[in-house]
Formats: sequence, structure tokens, C-alpha cells
Amino acid sequence: MQLTGAEIVLRCLQEEGVEFVYGYPGGAVLNIYDEFFKQDKVKHVLVRHEQGAVHAADGYSRSSTKTGVCLVTSGPGVTNAVTGIATAYMDSIPLVILSGQVPTHAIGQDAFQECDAVGITRPCVKHNFLVKDVKDLAVTIKKAFYLAASGRPGPVLVDIPKDVTQAKAEFAYPKTVSMRSYNPVTKGHSGQIKKAVQILLEAKRPMIYAGGGVILNNAAAQLTRLVRSLGYPCTTTLMGLGGFPATDPLYTGMPGMHGTFETNMAMQHCDVLIAVGARFDDRVIGNPAHFFRADRKIIHIDIDPSSISKRVKVDVPIVGYVADVLDEMQKLVDGSPHRPDAGALKAWWAEIAEWRGKKCLEYDRSSSLIKPQFVIEKLYEVTGGDAFICSDVGQHQMWAAQYYKFDRPRRWINSGGLGTMGFGLPAAMGVQMVNPGATVACVTGEGSIQMCIQELSTCKQYKLPIKIVNLNNRYLGMVRQWQEFFYGNRHAESYIDALPDFVKLAEAYGHVGVKIEKPGDVEGALREAFKLKDRLVFMDFITDQTENVFPMVPGGKGLTEMILAEEL
Amino acid sequence: MRHILSILVENEAGALSRISGLFSARGYNIESLTVAPTEDPTMSRMTIVTVGSEDVIEQITKQLNKLVEVVKVVDLTEGNHIERELMLVKVRAAGKDRDEMKRLADIFRGRILDVTDKSYTIELTGTGSKLDAFLQAIEPGVILETVRTGASGIGRGERILRV
Repeated sequence: MQLTGAEIVLRCLQEEGVEFVYGYPGGAVLNIYDEFFKQDKVKHVLVRHEQGAVHAADGYSRSSTKTGVCLVTSGPGVTNAVTGIATAYMDSIPLVILSGQVPTHAIGQDAFQECDAVGITRPCVKHNFLVKDVKDLAVTIKKAFYLAASGRPGPVLVDIPKDVTQAKAEFAYPKTVSMRSYNPVTKGHSGQIKKAVQILLEAKRPMIYAGGGVILNNAAAQLTRLVRSLGYPCTTTLMGLGGFPATDPLYTGMPGMHGTFETNMAMQHCDVLIAVGARFDDRVIGNPAHFFRADRKIIHIDIDPSSISKRVKVDVPIVGYVADVLDEMQKLVDGSPHRPDAGALKAWWAEIAEWRGKKCLEYDRSSSLIKPQFVIEKLYEVTGGDAFICSDVGQHQMWAAQYYKFDRPRRWINSGGLGTMGFGLPAAMGVQMVNPGATVACVTGEGSIQMCIQELSTCKQYKLPIKIVNLNNRYLGMVRQWQEFFYGNRHAESYIDALPDFVKLAEAYGHVGVKIEKPGDVEGALREAFKLKDRLVFMDFITDQTENVFPMVPGGKGLTEMILAEEL
Repeated sequence: MRHILSILVENEAGALSRISGLFSARGYNIESLTVAPTEDPTMSRMTIVTVGSEDVIEQITKQLNKLVEVVKVVDLTEGNHIERELMLVKVRAAGKDRDEMKRLADIFRGRILDVTDKSYTIELTGTGSKLDAFLQAIEPGVILETVRTGASGIGRGERILRV
């Protein structure tokens, strides 16, 4: 049967089992919206800004393993979406973004709401397509879903001119699709895996460093099993939080710029480092020249060959899906007559215990002001450690990462690579929709929340009972912290003046707002808020303005050159 | 070090800008780039001459392979290979210099493609350094115009790049 392009789009989404499409209508996509109107299998979620649409689809994907889908119109619809697309790209999140385009005959004519969507998004997508013929539409959408979720995942954009949505073609949705130019290596080389296990078992001072790849590839169970069977210390990066249980004694905390003292010391002083789905990011290892040690062997498991030996030379590279590689390693460890060197391991743990003795995450608990760390600790207690925590970007993000102990994967939702302020609230919408009934909190600051505050309206429309934890210190805190440390305490444009009354603002959007100013009120306010199962509650915590995130490795320094709270 | 990368790509709109965009976004050098369809019209072959340390070339190769439209990448300079570049050069050829220019073109195995009473247009092929040598051999003042294709390359003997 002949279908129009718009009908084909909807049929493709149905075939892919898409539940939600986050989007915003406009001229170029009106035919597609008309088809949404005529069916009820795929639900459309109307956001208030296209950036919110992409973040919502992103949060949906991060908390569910499914591919997120958005639909935006041509021109400004696409340009507004770019921040969201780049956010997903940096964190390897599978998304399919459908964008409207002016009719094919108008392309290149500077038509109304025309922009070169494929050109603008090219550097921040895994791949993108412009569909010029309706006959190619279904197979292109199939390819987009396949590319987004396979290999190293990422966002894929499909740009669809308006006349293509009107034109008709025979519809057949391919079951599978293959591309001769796209064959990601997914199975680790068994010789390399053998070598890695041998090195791992011979280690005297081993360290396991796991990243976002463990979450993306659903390898938390495999990682946890391997780490526990070896009894080695394990760290997870900002993107890997929840990949290994934070309450496990083998867990040493996060590494990097705001990592724990013990983790950074262990990363630097270990003799065997195994990186699992992590990429030696500048925020994780600091200066690579300082990080280098001739006597340390590095094993690196990653799905993306270009992540290997990019910043740090690796001794044993293994390209493949981390879950499968870890499974194979487990088999070899279990079957090996060799055991880890118990004596060496004991001495290594003793050294780590000494570093732990620094208690680098201590803070002043007797303050009369609300300490942001205290709010996160109470949030952890009140939610039983089992909430989805969606974060914005800045100091509050680091405190949430440091003080909320994530025991399960896909519970920590944040923009790690791009560091996109405004991510938290719209991401929380996607998380809440795919996990109805779950406890979802958005940890944010008065700077970040205002970057996508309009989505409070979307939350009302779709009855999303998100709990917003606003750590309000009246400063762009991370900027203020850098200015304090590195710019002679000159607070250039980091003080946020003329803040709205967030309680009234929340109420204006039809939500519950509450302001908390005393440490003694923190726990009670959280308990009350989380009791309201069917309402969004905006908690405005007025926190200590002077608090900084510690430990801190200044940019360009080595991992062991940490600034600790006690040293100031 | 100078490297010659041979790349098979899908002959699709946008493939070239994906590749050139990769080089500019990641700060890699392009000395020259040539591209044209192969005997299979669905595929193009590109030759990129680039300069970088071993680590940089390794990253370039990996990043190119990561592009969805790239089918295969080979570093020709890793083995025996043939490299050729075509140059068209228009030179002033009048008076007593006219015979000398013809002789010089012959020495470099150039062909004169077009003649006026004041100029020759010479076609030269060879490695880039041979073309450089020709330009150095003639007086700079007599060069009216040059156009070069950039290097194309192919492996020697049994080294074959195809799908």
C-alpha cells in the first residue's frame, strides 16, 4: 500500500516500539504532526523548548536502555536542539532526532526557517541523513535506529524535507539493515583478553577504573562480579557511577578533578590499571604527562578503538563490548590456577586505608548554615538511596556525585562530557515518564535551573511528580570557586542577582514550592516533599554561599596535586 | 612524518565534508586531498597527504574508520607504494627562453599541451618533489600559473585496497 512520508514516519516509530516522542511542532513537520493526531500508539510529549525535548529523550534513554526519540521543526527547531544533541553525543547516548526541512526544491534558497541541519549537526552526531526521496525514508529511519544503538552509541539525525512527508511510497519496514561501511568490532580479541587476565592476576597494586561504557553496555553485574572475585579496589567515573555499588567496601569513590583522595592516589600509584569503558578524560586523569608512569601497566577495554591510546598509551588494548569482555575475563579468572597475590594485596589495601584516613569528604557539620553536602546526604537517606538523581552542572553536580551513594546503574543521570547547564529538569521528565511511579529528583542550582525552567510547564501538563532540589547559593558556584582559587577572588559575573522567588515561581506553574533556610529543616522538608507522590515539589535550599567542592585537582595538574578542604 | 592515506568512502553527498570536517575539528593537517569515484560508482577513493607523529596518524586512522561512510583506510606509506601528482604549469616562453623551456620540459618528461607565441602550458606528472624540482629549475619570473592535483597513490605489487 502506498503511504505518505508522514504516515511512513509514524509507522516506522510504531515498528521500533517507540513509546514517547519529545518534540515541538512547526511548519516543516506539520504533516508528521497530523499523523500523530490520527493515532495513539506513539505518544507525543510537547516540551516548551527544543533543547528540553532532546534532554528529555536523553534522560529517557539513560534511565531505560532504550533509544530516545525527538521531533523538531526546521531552522530554529534544529538549532535549539543542537545543545541537546551535543550533550548526548559527548556521553554516547542513543537518540534518533527527526527534523523537518524545507521542501527539497527550496533547499539552498534561504527559505523561511531553512538551515543546513545536516551541516550544523555534523560534528555532534554519530551520523546524520538528509532524506531526498520518500522511497528511502523507511530504510533511513531503520538505519538511524541501528546506528544510534549499536557499537559506541550516539545521536543520529534524520532531516526530512516537507515535500518528502507529502510524497507517497510503498511502505515496508526492513527487519534488519546492514551497511558495508559500518561494522563495529564488538567481540574482544581472546588473545588480548588472556594477556589482560594474566597481568591482572600478577598485579601487586591493582586498580579497576570503570566508566560510562559499563552503564551503556549494561555491564554493571559483570563488573561487580569480577571486582568482587578479585578483591581489588574499584573506582567509577562520573559517567560510571552505579556501575559498581558505592556502598561496597571495595569501592574507593570517584576519580579525577573532584575525586576522592584515596582513588586519585591509587590511580597514580597502582602497578596495573584496568580501564573498563572509560576514556582517560582530562577531568579524570589530569595532565597525561604527570599521570604517566613507566612501571604501570594499563589494560583498556572499550568499544571505540579511537578511545584507546588517545590520551594515554595503553599496554593491552581490547576492543569490544565491555559486558562480553568482562564475561570472558571472569571465565579465565575462575578457571585459572593462579590467585591474586594475597600478601601484596593486603599491603596495597593498607596503603589505601591510610589514604582513606584523610577523610577527604569531611565538611563542617556544625554550621548554622545549610551545607549543600548535608542536603545530598539527607536526600540519600530520605530516598533510601534508590532514587533516580538527575543533575544539572556545577558544584551541586559534584556534591551529588560525591555524597549520593549509587548502588545501581542508570540511577545517576547527568551531562558529564559536555557539561550542559539546563540538562537536569528536562532529563528528569524523560526519566519519570519511562519509570512511572519511581522516585525522581533533580539536583540543581539557581543558575542551572533557570536555563530550562520553562519545562516546569511540561511537568505540569504531563503530571510528572519530580522533586527539585535547588541548592541555592546565589552564585554560579563552580565559577566562583575557580575565581577564588585561580583569579584572585575576583567574582566576575558569577553572582546571580535578581533571583526569582522560586516558591512563587513553582506555584505559578501549578506546583508546590518550599523554601528551606535552616539545617534543622532540611530532613523534614525532604520527607514532606517525597510524601507528595503526585506533585512536583520545588525545594529551594538556601545554602552556605562560601562552600567549595573538595578535593580538587586544578586543571592541568597531576592527580596527586589535590587541594583538600583542610589545607585551606 | 609525511603519510599518504588512501580511503574508500561511500560516494554520497556529505562524505567529503565529514572527512575534511574531522581534520579541521581535531586539528589535523591536510597537505593535499584528492577524490574521485572508483570503478564502482557507488564508492569514491580519496588520497590524503598529512603530516603528524605516529600517535597522531594512529588517531587519524581510527577517527576516519569511525566515520560511518568510510569503508576502508590504508596508510600507503607503511609499505611500498607509487605516488603520482599531476601539475599544469603555464610559463612565459618567448625569445631565446623559448627553446630552453622546451628542453627543460623534455628533461622532466613534461608534455606541452598548449602553445601561444608567448607561452607554453606544460603537463608534468611525478612525485610531489619532482614537480617541486621542476618549478625550482625554471626562473620564478616566467611562471604565469600553476595548478596541482595533489598526490594520488597506490600500493605496489600485491598490495590492493578494495572491499
